[in-house]
Parts: sequence; C-alpha cells; structure tokens
Amino acid sequence: MRAYDFPLFPEQASTMAPQVDYLYFFLIAISVVFSIAIAGALIGFAVKFRRTPENQVGHRIHGSTVLEVAWSIIPFGITMVIFGWGAWLFVAQSRPPDNAHEVFVVGKQWMWKLQHMEGRREINELHVPVGQAVKLTMTSEDVIHAFYVPAFRTKFDVLPGRYTTAWFNATKPGEYHLFCAEYCGTQHSGMIGKIVVMEPAAFQAWLSETPPILPMSGPVASAAAGDAGSLSPVAAGEALFAQKACITCHQPQGGALGPSLVGVYGSTVKLADGSTVTADDAYVRDSILNPTGKIVAGFQPVMPTFQGQLTEEQLMQLIQYIKSLKATPPAGAGVAQNPPAAADSAS
Amino acid sequence: MAVPAIDTTLAPHTEVPAKPRKTYLNADYSVSSWLLTVDHKRIAVLYLISIIIFFALGGMFAAGVRLELLTPKGDLLQADTYNKFFTMHGIIMVFFFLVPSIPATLGNFLVPMMIGARDLAFPRVNLLSWYIYILGGAFTLAAVIGGGVDTGWTFYTPYSSTYSTSNVMPAAIGIFITGFSSILTGLNFIVTIHRMRAPGLTWFRLPLFIWAHYATSLIFVLGTPVIAITIFLVGLERALHIGIFDPALGGDPVLFQHLFWFYSHPAVYIMILPGMGVVSEIITCFARKPIFGYSFIALSSVAIAVLGFIVWGHHLFTSSESVYAALIFSVLSFVVAIPSAVKVFNWVATLYRGAISFEAPMLYALGFIGLFTIGGLTGLFLAAVGFDLHVHDTYFVVAHFHYIMVGGAVLAFLGGLHFWWPKMFGRMYPEAAAKAAAVIVFIGFNLTFFPQFILGYLGMPRRYHAYPDEFQVLNVLSTAGASILAVGYLMPFCYLLWSLKYGAVASSNPWQASGLEWLTPSPPPTENFAETPIVTQDPYHYGTDDDAEAVHVA
Amino acid sequence: MSLEQTTPYVAHHFDDADQQHDASSLGMWVFLVNEVMFFGGLFTAYVVYRTAYPEAFHAGSHELNITLGFFNTIVLLTSSLTMALSVHAAQVSRRAMLVINLILTMFLGAVFLGVKAYEYTHKWHEHLIPGPNFVFDGPDPVHAQLFFSLYFAMTGLHALHMIVGEVLLGILVLRSLQGMFNKYYYTPVEMSGLYWHFVDLVWIFLFPLLYLLGRH
Repeated sequence: MRAYDFPLFPEQASTMAPQVDYLYFFLIAISVVFSIAIAGALIGFAVKFRRTPENQVGHRIHGSTVLEVAWSIIPFGITMVIFGWGAWLFVAQSRPPDNAHEVFVVGKQWMWKLQHMEGRREINELHVPVGQAVKLTMTSEDVIHAFYVPAFRTKFDVLPGRYTTAWFNATKPGEYHLFCAEYCGTQHSGMIGKIVVMEPAAFQAWLSETPPILPMSGPVASAAAGDAGSLSPVAAGEALFAQKACITCHQPQGGALGPSLVGVYGSTVKLADGSTVTADDAYVRDSILNPTGKIVAGFQPVMPTFQGQLTEEQLMQLIQYIKSLKATPPAGAGVAQNPPAAADSAS
Repeated sequence: MAVPAIDTTLAPHTEVPAKPRKTYLNADYSVSSWLLTVDHKRIAVLYLISIIIFFALGGMFAAGVRLELLTPKGDLLQADTYNKFFTMHGIIMVFFFLVPSIPATLGNFLVPMMIGARDLAFPRVNLLSWYIYILGGAFTLAAVIGGGVDTGWTFYTPYSSTYSTSNVMPAAIGIFITGFSSILTGLNFIVTIHRMRAPGLTWFRLPLFIWAHYATSLIFVLGTPVIAITIFLVGLERALHIGIFDPALGGDPVLFQHLFWFYSHPAVYIMILPGMGVVSEIITCFARKPIFGYSFIALSSVAIAVLGFIVWGHHLFTSSESVYAALIFSVLSFVVAIPSAVKVFNWVATLYRGAISFEAPMLYALGFIGLFTIGGLTGLFLAAVGFDLHVHDTYFVVAHFHYIMVGGAVLAFLGGLHFWWPKMFGRMYPEAAAKAAAVIVFIGFNLTFFPQFILGYLGMPRRYHAYPDEFQVLNVLSTAGASILAVGYLMPFCYLLWSLKYGAVASSNPWQASGLEWLTPSPPPTENFAETPIVTQDPYHYGTDDDAEAVHVA
Repeated sequence: MSLEQTTPYVAHHFDDADQQHDASSLGMWVFLVNEVMFFGGLFTAYVVYRTAYPEAFHAGSHELNITLGFFNTIVLLTSSLTMALSVHAAQVSRRAMLVINLILTMFLGAVFLGVKAYEYTHKWHEHLIPGPNFVFDGPDPVHAQLFFSLYFAMTGLHALHMIVGEVLLGILVLRSLQGMFNKYYYTPVEMSGLYWHFVDLVWIFLFPLLYLLGRH
C-alpha cells in the first residue's frame, strides 16, 4: 500500500507474511478497541465529572472486587488468545519444511556471503525461486548479526560459533530488502542487500550459469570470498577432506585412529564419558574445531584442532561432504565404527 | 507586608506564609553543608540537579541521532560517530536518568515524609549513594569525552568484549559503579518503609507512592547486582582476552544476553513503577476522590516487580533460545501485562464521579495514562513470538519503549515534579506556562514516536545510520516531532528555575492533598515533623465532608 | 577503664535504640540478599558452562589442590566460630574475650587469604592463569580456560569480600579496645558477624563446586 510517494505497509512476499499480518491486524483491532475505550472513558469522565461550583468533591467510592476480577480475567483471556496465535506462528516459523532449497549464509562485518548447495555463491544478494521453501543455515565469522527480510517477515540472529536456521517460501517475484538487524559495528546499516525472487525456470537457469565476476551490491567492506568456481559444496568438501588429510585418520572402512564418518551424520554417537549426542551440523563443526571436547567412545583424544585454519565456508563444505557419506546398504541407527566393506564414500 | 499571589483555585483558605523561617534549604548556605549533608531532602535536590544535567546530555545525543535521520544517507555524522551517539543516548538515559529519576529525587524527598519519619533509615548511606552515582557518572563522561562508546547500551558480545575499539572499559566501569548507587537507595527504602512508619501507619494505609517505591526497591536490590557482575565479566574479558562470552575463545555470546536481560528487563519496571506511584497520587488528588481499588493497585506493584524477573527471555526470541523457552517467556510476558492493565483501569475508574480539575500535574498524569496504554498494548504485540520475529530490532521496538519511558516515565516525572514542587521549594510554578508545556510535550512526543511504529513494521531496523529512501518521510515527521518535544522540555526547565525566585509563595498544602508530607510547611524544616504524626485513617480522605469544606469556593 | 555506656547513642532520626537496631539488622539482611544475587550471576555462568563442557571442567577442577581447599574450608568455618564467640562476648560485655575472638577471626581470615595467595602463585607457575600465557595439556583446553576464568573470578571476588571483612574486623578491634561495645550496644559486631558468616557460606558453595566436582 503506498500513500503519496512512500509506503506505509510492507509488501507481502512470502507464505508467512500474510499470516503475520493477520495477527498484526488482530492486535491493532484489540488495541484500537481498548485505546478508544480507555481514552473515551478518560475524556468522557474528565468532561462529565469536571470540577464546577456544583461539583466540588468526588464521591467516596473505594473499589469493586467484581470489576477488578472482570478486568483481570477478560484481558488475561485475550492475551492468551494472542499468545496462542503468536506461538502457532512461531512454531511454523521454526520448522523449515522438508525439501527446502538449502542456502548456507555467512555473515561478517559488513557483508553477507551466500552459498547455494548447487554451487553458486553470492555476496549481499540471494536469488531464490518463487513457490519453493528456502532454508538458510547461518553462522557469523565475527560478531552477532541478524538476517532480516521484511517482505517475508523473516528474521533470525546469525551467531558466531554456532548455526542458526531460518526459512521462507517466497510468493512473488521481485526484489526485496535484506537488512542486518543486529547491531554489529561501524557499517551495520551498510550490511544490506536484496533477495531476488525468480520464476522457477529462470532460477534453474540462473543456478546453472557460469557466474560472472561477482557483482557487488551494497557497500563492500572487504574483499569477497577468495576462490571462484562453482564447485558444489559437497565436491569442495571432498577435496578439502583429502587436502587437510582428514582421510588419514577417518578412513571409510574404519580401523584407523579416528572413527569412520560414513553414516555418522544424523546418527546417535556414543561418547567416551558414556553420554550420547546427535551428530548434527553443530556436532561436526565442534568436532573439527575442538576435537577433545567430545571424544567418541573407544577412541583416543588425539585429533588436532583446526581452529583458525578453516573458514566458515570451508567448515560448511566439510559438513556437507560428511553429510553425504552414506554406507551401502543404508546404515541403520548407531554408528558403524568399522563398517563391513563400506562402499563408495564419494558424493 | 504585601500578600503574595497564591493559586487559590483549590484552597482559598490556606494560610498566608510568614516571613522566612528555618527550612531545609536555608538551614545552612555553605557548600560543605550541601556536599556533606545527610538530610534526605538535600540529597534529593543534589540528585535532581545531577539527573537533569544527564538528561540534557542524553537529549543532545538524541538530537544528533534525529538530525542525522532527516536524510536517508549518512551525511551528517560519520558512521562511527552516529553509533556512538545512539549508544551514549541509551546509556545516559537508562542508567543516569531513568533508573534514578523518580526514586532518587522524589523518592528520596518524600519517602520519609510520607511515612512520618525524620529521615531515611541510613542517611549517610544515602549520601554515599549520591557520591557513587557521581563517580559512576564521571567514568561514563570520561568514556564520552575520551571518544565515546559504540556498542549500543546493550553491550552485546562479542562486539563489546572483543571487537569494539571504543571506550568500552570506562563506560562499563561507570555503569558498574553507578549500580551500587541504585542498590543502596533500594536498601535504604526497604528498611525505612519496614521499620520507620509512623504509629498507626499500617501497610494498607501507606500511600501508593510508597508501595510503588517499595516494589521498585525490591528490583534495585535483587536485579542490579546481576548486571554489575555481567559488566564485570565483560570488562574482564576485554582486559585479559579470556573467553567468557566470545565463542572464538570458548565462550557463549547468548549467555551474555541472558545475564544482561535478567537485570535489564526488571530495570524497565524500575523505570515505570515509581511513575505509576506518582500518577496514583496525582489522579486521586485532582479528582478529589479516593483512589479506586487501592489494594489492587498496591499489590499489582509488587506483582509487577516479581513477575518482571521471569520474562527476560522475550528479548531473546530471535537469539536461538529454544522454542520451549521462547513460548514460556512469551506466556509470562502476557501475564506481567495484566497488573499494569489493572492499574490503568483503576485510574480511569477513579475519575468516575470525581470532581476533576486540570492543573499541570493532572495533565501529565492523564497523558501518562493514554501514552502508557499505547506503550503497554504494543508490548503485547512484541510478546507474541511469531509477530516479534518480524519487528524485533526495528523501530517498532524503539517506539514501544519510548512510549513507556518517555510517554510514561518522563511524563510521570514531570507531573510529580510539578505536583511536589511547591512542597520542595516553597514556590508555585506558573500554571499557564506549565499547562502549555504539558500539551506541547504530549503533541511533540506523539509526532516523534508514532511514525516509528509504522517505520518498524515496514522493516526499518534499529541503530541504522543510513536507510532506504522510502523511509524518509516518516523519519522527517519523527524528527519534526522531536524538535517540538525539545521545546516542551525546555519550558519547564526555564519556568521552574524562574519560579524559585519569582514564583508565588506556596502554602503548606496548595493542592489540599492528602498525605503526611502536606502537613509540613513548604519547604519543610530539616527534621520534617516537629512531632511524629499518628495515623488513624486510610490514605486518601478526598470526598469527605472535611474535604468538601476545604475546597468549597467561597 | 572507661565508663561503661548504659544507654547507646541513638541517631536523631530513630525513635529509640530498638528501632535503630532493627533497622540495622534488616539493612544487613537486605544487603546480603543483594550479595547472593551478585555471586549468583557467576554461579549461573559456572553452572551453564559446566553442563555444556563437563570434561573440560572436570579436567580443570583436577588441577586444584583439594587438600589446600579443604584446609581453607576448615579455617573459615573455625573463623565463623570465633566470630560468633566474639558476638556473644559483646552480648555479655566481656571485652577481653571480644577482642581476642575478633583478632582470632582476623588471623584465620588472613591464613585463608595466605593459602589462596599461595594457590594463585602456584597457578601462575603452572601457566593456568587465563589470558595469553594460558597453557593446558588436558582435554578441551579452550573450555578449560573457561573453567579457570570462572575459578579466578569467583574465588577472587570472594577474596575481595574477605579483605573487606578483615578491614571491618580491624575497625571492630579498635572500637572494642575503646570500650564501645557492651551488652547494651553491640550492633556493629553483630552485623559484621552476619557479613562474615555470609562470606563463609559463599565459600561453602565454592569449595565443592570448584574443587570437588573433578573427583569421581
């Protein structure tokens, strides 16, 4: 909605946007009703019971328990409705649908680096298809940032040292603001960009294009990510796995200094102190950066740390590669530390 | 002698004050008698002068911010400078104005008087509390003058602990020190209210101002130490490069947020509860009616203080706290809104069948009710998690808290200042100017902050030095409002000072108000009461036959 | 020997000595509650990190000298006894016993601080002070440093409170020698006693959390 030359209401460009807006309108309605009631009563009483020569002193009314109970319980009921609605929305916003197109996001002072799993990467721009869920896995290289797309009503913090996720399903082709929404230093207000929503066919075409020299949109505070090329993260991860000599100790068939990683991702891992942990993104990342923190049962704490030797993108690539390692036949629950004749480990 | 002009609207029969007698103000004029005073009233005046200075400083930083935001580009200030301006606006306004404002000025002055005591329980601790405040202020000013701080008043790590190159340490030390000032004030109030009430003054005969300050003091004592230790840890991390909150060194930046907001959320109740106490006193007086629902208002203050400690997680909805935690904090945040709503309903009900007049304090109190209602309702918006994801860290939040902090707390402070000005200084302020200023503040405030709700929903993030062009019109409206608001603030500053010398001499009770403080001369003598009063009735005896006689126009 | 004062000085704003005493007492309790919250922030951080990184915290705790920690616990508990005895002495106007017990309490407090100083120096030599010179051979050194940061912050804050306590006790000794305290007026002794017991209590929590959790 535009009045004169400036908007008063943001565009609705995602499946969640109208949902959030409905709650907003409900909240506005409640607020208007209560504001009018309170202001109306206030002004009405102020006028009707103003001090005049005939009306010099108020009536000694001390209170009414009935009223107190009523105007505690009714507002409480209304707030519980608001709570329920907001909670329902939040649960939906916290659960990315399956089969979402995955994008890996790294925030750093003061730019956004985005990596599609098919290989293309972008700086400060994100191309997405219309009508398909997009799931963002995000981390920061330095301070806390937040990934915010007002038109999608989507926002979540981007934290150093861990992964956070957000998702959206864009409904309208076009370009939409991307803002950093957590103060992060000098160029916080320059850490902006755009989301480019394309028709599915156009998006597929875009994905498979050879990228030109990366176009920069928005101010760029430092050089963009180094290596070019559109290797998929899984392929890049495989190359890294060999280059960093991980393969030396993590042989696919096991029997080396470290456990085999085939089928590990997503499974339940038993640790040396008896506890168990689910091998998710955070676990893999922690195992690379702080290996002696969680030792797998039956193994020694001899893995060196790679803290400071890998960028966040490289960590993500390794995670994607490890995620892709599946035993054949498909592994059941639990880790096969010495899986019998594990077959291919390539992506 | 000439009869001085007295505002006789309410009290045509009050006595004409005699020639100068010994008051707490003229008991001794030497500088050391002020700087070494243990009289709670003088300490209140010392605090009043100090917080006004900090308010002016914080306001100047706000002016810089709003001027910059007139244009979409960052063209007035450099980015770093802008970041320092909003940071220092926040730090000064929160820690050096809002938190101490009503408690340290009106509270210090009135708490002993309202309960019939000669002073607070620990007068020297009270003076120490002011000196600690000044010391903390000095460190913070050193941070400002030495180049500024740019972390935001929320000091999120690891930016504040590792990355910022601004004067974080002196600012952190300043805030750490000032926290103890709050703690000592709270401690003093709690002991005083428990142990030094006049004979017959039972808990449910206490003025609501006292209940409000009691609840606030609970928060002072229980909450402030947590921010002290948190700031201490940030300072430690910065100085020694250890990793308490920096993930690169093994720490957790979200733990900082939990610890920070564990205090800083109750802190906002520190900022508003005293104001609610002031509003209760004013409404009942100018409606000439006992307050409606006294016990509910009294207990709601304590309920807000208690509940306020268990909602901090609503500041972390987008920060990766678990879904379960978010939902629990959300539901509790709605629960904490209810006692506040109950207060608003009771205040409005007090007006019903009253006999209402509209002196400046009442205008401020009525304005408070309207603006606090809007601020509080928008708090409900933010408590809805699914909605908050969109508006978190946008101007929607900025508008929400300014409606409460300025539309609420500052208006209550101004209203209370006007209401008790005659008692504190023995002079009436000029009523016409005061009414005009109240209206100007109300208009300027709404013009400044209402557009920000719209801006926030549109998606304009907080702490932005430059913004997309389409947000400009609303920003210009907001800055225009701010300039009007500034005029509204300057006016009381001028005429209140003027009134100290030229204002009409005030009687002991120009408003014919209830309350033990009004039994003393204006200004009161150092010892407050010649004899300890004995209380035999409920606090608000408006609407009685005696009251009718007192206000009857001849 | 000075004349024993039978009516204590009542400050001008109090109605009587009882009110003055009650106010002081409530004031000290409120202050101690505030102190609980102060330490509470550190305890919270400790609990959070210990739950997240149990191995690192176990390993870090193992580096602490449990004998010295236990010795210090006994020392502090004894000092609380002597402190309580000094309050009692004041209550029955036995000035010599009061002064002796205050001095004993101070002495035991100093022993505690001396042992802590020794422990800290030892840590320095072992490169276990967090910061640029921190070196840890056990598992998860990154989070072990976190353990030590919290160890020094918590015991350091406690030691600071002990030092304040020592100063308070010193003042009490001087005042006692001047004959200020007797059965009619011993509030400062009593309040200092409350403070001292609180500081002791904090240590009772610190000792198991920091020293004993590494033992199986």
